[in-house]
Amino acid sequence: MTAPAPTTLRARLDATPWASPLGTQEYFVNMGPQHPSTHGVLRLVLKLDGETVREVVPVLGYIHRGIEKICEHSNYRQLVHLTDRMDYLSALANNWAVTRVVEKAAGLETNGRIEAIRTLVTELQRIHSHQLWWGVFGMDLGAFTPFFYGFRDREILTDVFERTIGGRLTLNYIQPGGVMHDIHPEFVRDVKAFMAVFRPRLDEYEALLSENVIVQERLRGVGVLSAADAVALGATGPVLRASGVAHDLRKAEPYGLYGQVQFDVPIGSRGDCWDRYAVRMCEMRQSLRIVDQLIDHIPEGKHFLVKPAAKIKVQPGVWYSHLETARGVLGAMLVSTGGEAPYRVHLRTPNFNNLWTVTAMAPGGRVGDLVAILSSLDLVVPDIDR
Amino acid sequence: MAADLLPLAGLALSPDALVAAVQLLCPAAQARPDCDRPAVKVTVGDWPELAGRLRAHADLLFDLLETHTAIDWPESGRIELVYLLTSLRRGHHLTVFVDIPRDDPVAPSVCAVWPVAQWQEREVYDLFGVRYADHPDLRRLFLDDDWQGFPLRKDYADAFMLDRPS
Repeated sequence: MTAPAPTTLRARLDATPWASPLGTQEYFVNMGPQHPSTHGVLRLVLKLDGETVREVVPVLGYIHRGIEKICEHSNYRQLVHLTDRMDYLSALANNWAVTRVVEKAAGLETNGRIEAIRTLVTELQRIHSHQLWWGVFGMDLGAFTPFFYGFRDREILTDVFERTIGGRLTLNYIQPGGVMHDIHPEFVRDVKAFMAVFRPRLDEYEALLSENVIVQERLRGVGVLSAADAVALGATGPVLRASGVAHDLRKAEPYGLYGQVQFDVPIGSRGDCWDRYAVRMCEMRQSLRIVDQLIDHIPEGKHFLVKPAAKIKVQPGVWYSHLETARGVLGAMLVSTGGEAPYRVHLRTPNFNNLWTVTAMAPGGRVGDLVAILSSLDLVVPDIDR
Repeated sequence: MAADLLPLAGLALSPDALVAAVQLLCPAAQARPDCDRPAVKVTVGDWPELAGRLRAHADLLFDLLETHTAIDWPESGRIELVYLLTSLRRGHHLTVFVDIPRDDPVAPSVCAVWPVAQWQEREVYDLFGVRYADHPDLRRLFLDDDWQGFPLRKDYADAFMLDRPS
């Protein structure tokens, strides 16, 4: 078996000559790494023929921090605290993914109260994340109002998190054996107040953007991703479901209290930008439904079962655990050779795998549509680079 | 939605049945009891053919390469490739381990079976230095093209590291 000699980006770009049928000249444009619609430092090298996209080459690494390497120098309790720097809009789900694999590996128990709090805050953060996506999505399409509406309503939830968790963006809350603090005495009241405010506003969102004919024309039939392509390119979460594959780990492998609540998994039929938009809008309503069922039934009990100072030891072996964040499947693999620190940690992040669908969706479309496609993927770049 | 992607609910194989089914396809596959999920270890020679059959076989249908990564074991001179497979249609999982020598880490690419492997393998090349035969675009993914060394190897060291391997 002989392997090819590794090449460079320059060689890669030179290696794909394209002959224009009209004799026009192809050219490259760098979109990013500081482009507003890439939401962070993602660089796409576009090969264009006029306004038509011929090829997209993502270039990564502008925010690569080597989190997996840092994890090898951390103990099992410290692993959680970098995860909120990956997908910062799903910080709690990231905490939970690593917590679950550590709990599984070390055989740690939880109780009903811990699981209820974890499910509630994670589901609230799914709404929180989709609110930001909705606002930014409008802004990327050229409508500034949704950005303000999204952030106005997001602020209420940010305050709810701040009261219980202490942080507003990079939340560190779920940890092996429990959660860091008990919920604030006003948590239940605050969440109910948020839901009372947000339900009618979600209808307002639909009236403002979803029912807008310009938005619909802009999104329908743009960036079509077939179900087969979505699976082959590793997409998960709303991107996969918009292509018609009803895969949601909250249903497929229920964790936390998801097995005890009623909710639907919205799916699309065409896999275009509109379907990805509509799936997330429906998901916000489903998340409200889940919170509604849990908020009055948080069991009594302790909020942690493993003391913060206790050392966590793991037997030699390999563990893997995954869950559904607002963007798809987040997996954590743990390799132990015994002791208090992992030998190797691997984080399977949803954005890293969702990104590649753009190489299938964008060619043949216009540069302007590429902005809509990127925004419909809802990428968070620190989660791609890790 | 295409009919061949409809979920076949309730048809997941049990962990034992899954490992037995893989061993029917590849008799040399060894079960890995130290994993929490069904796992097998196969030789690098068996892997390309087995990969295609894991995806196509009607009882297995591993349509999603959930992730691909590697583990460096300098003491035994090997790099262990890890493939985490999921079947969305059947709802079961399989982990496949493949050992390759550390001093000449060459592995077959599975891009043709699972296209997302193209980028996952680039990440493993970037961080472990594994070279994939028949990869269409093998180059670094996160680090610069002229970066020296492979940071997720256990003996990697550079001038900026606070905690260098002793």
